[in-house]
Amino acid sequence: MEEKNDVPDDTVQEPVLKHRIQVADGPDSEAENFDSLPSKLVVKDLCFFYGKHQVLFDNNIEIKENRVTAIIGPSGCGKSTHIRVYNRIYELYREQRATGEIIMDGSNLLSRSVDIMELRKNVGMIFQKPTPFPMTIYDNVAYGLRLHYRMSRSDLNDRVEKALHGAALWDEVKDNLNKSGLALSGGQQQRLCIARAIATEPDVILMDEPASALDPVATSKIEELIGILRKDYTICLVTHNMQQAARVSDYTAFFYEGHIIEFSLTRQLFTKPAKKQTEDYITGRFG
Amino acid sequence: MKPSSLTLRRSVDTFIKVLSMVASLVGILFLLWILWDLAFKGFEALDINFFTRRTGPFTVPETGMANAIVGTLYITLLATIVGVPIGLLGGIFLSEFGRNHPISSAVRFFANILMGTPSILVGVFIYAVIVLPMSGFSGLAGGVALAIIMLPVITRTTEDILALVPNELRESALALGAPHWKMIVHIVFRAARAGLITGVILAIARVSGETAPLLFTAFNNSYFTYYDVEGPMKYVYDMTEPTANLTVTIFNYAMTPYEQWQKQAWAGSLLITGAILVLSVIARTFFGGGKKRRA
Repeated sequence: MEEKNDVPDDTVQEPVLKHRIQVADGPDSEAENFDSLPSKLVVKDLCFFYGKHQVLFDNNIEIKENRVTAIIGPSGCGKSTHIRVYNRIYELYREQRATGEIIMDGSNLLSRSVDIMELRKNVGMIFQKPTPFPMTIYDNVAYGLRLHYRMSRSDLNDRVEKALHGAALWDEVKDNLNKSGLALSGGQQQRLCIARAIATEPDVILMDEPASALDPVATSKIEELIGILRKDYTICLVTHNMQQAARVSDYTAFFYEGHIIEFSLTRQLFTKPAKKQTEDYITGRFG
Repeated sequence: MKPSSLTLRRSVDTFIKVLSMVASLVGILFLLWILWDLAFKGFEALDINFFTRRTGPFTVPETGMANAIVGTLYITLLATIVGVPIGLLGGIFLSEFGRNHPISSAVRFFANILMGTPSILVGVFIYAVIVLPMSGFSGLAGGVALAIIMLPVITRTTEDILALVPNELRESALALGAPHWKMIVHIVFRAARAGLITGVILAIARVSGETAPLLFTAFNNSYFTYYDVEGPMKYVYDMTEPTANLTVTIFNYAMTPYEQWQKQAWAGSLLITGAILVLSVIARTFFGGGKKRRA
């Protein structure tokens, strides 16, 4: 498997030089003290290899609880690869390998002793392309619940409804729960995937360019949703769209060629970047 | 540089178009010719006796191929029972578990070789491995021979069809905490269901017309081989005996100078061709597009 960031990255071509990216004024985004916030994930010296080819180099980052952390960077810089380590989904591919530590709730989730199904129950993931399963809307959302819990029909109904509410999809599908998930529009499919992921109430949600296959209206709905989900979940958002990172995230990490160049408050990164490379990237001087 | 003449370009274009159209028509022509001949000559002997009476002497007009029809059904059923599960599991291994495994490329290589092997070799092989040790031809041996021919076909089509299921779908299931096998059974199979059924039906259609592998294995029989006893066993087909089947009967009949048998051979050919046609059409219309839909 090749790196999946091969979407032609034309966002950086926009003339952001003249007008700086607008950064949302989060209520606490500037005031809060980074160190006093609890960290959900602490990544230490993470390296990643496709066979012998190293693509991530000593990544160190802290993902704060109930915050949105955006990961930006040019195509092929390893941002998707980075979050694919958090739920160890890369292990589907024989030749991929990670070293280092990722501490979640006191233990290293890369250690062999970790129950990988439990880990993935706690760390949900949304992919670039919506991936509804070929089954009904209801069964899509219930899939994770049925995997991990034995529950009565009425409990299941409640959880499915709650998840669909959580993904802002309930009103659109409540009369069609038995319709195929594939019959929904692209944006609805993606929200269905979000409902499916939050149904098991994970702690962390990984989003790998969740809106890059969607039209602007669907994209803004997803972004709105991220703002709401932030209250209950820790969100890690990979995006090649800098405006999106600026709009929805509290913290932003800038990746370049497998290194974390800069990681700080989103407002700070986009207005007063500390590194030359970051500034060049966010002002569109290279992509 | 001189611009090429429009007339020249147009005439070359027309020439190529006509040429390729003629070529494709030649291909279809032979198929239609065969079908026409078959229908024309086959319908003549295709009467009620053909389906209800067993094979018999060419001097007796009221004979048919009932025993051969039943025998072919049983042999094909056995081949399906043996060949389909193994073929499917093999394809699942290639696509889901051993994608980059060194064993997979070996399996794939040998499957391709086996697909290209003349089917009579499979018959001779089964003759040595089953017929000789059991000291007799049997429907059992015939079924196993057909299953072996089916195996690589099903394995490869299964792999190809499962490969059309996007990886994101697999990852989504795993990302919810599904174990590997549940991901395959719940998600991948469901997404590929139509294609898998199509593959299996086409493989059955493919082997049901085989003659060569049955010559050395099932041989033939002029009788039904139901157990000759009272009680429920009466309805069980004895597959350990030489078993009547359509293709070998057609072969035998067609080799004789007797008009009655030749006519029946035509009818048998029509029946088996029709059955394969129906199977293929069912596969393509009801489950078809396993490939197309994903592409």
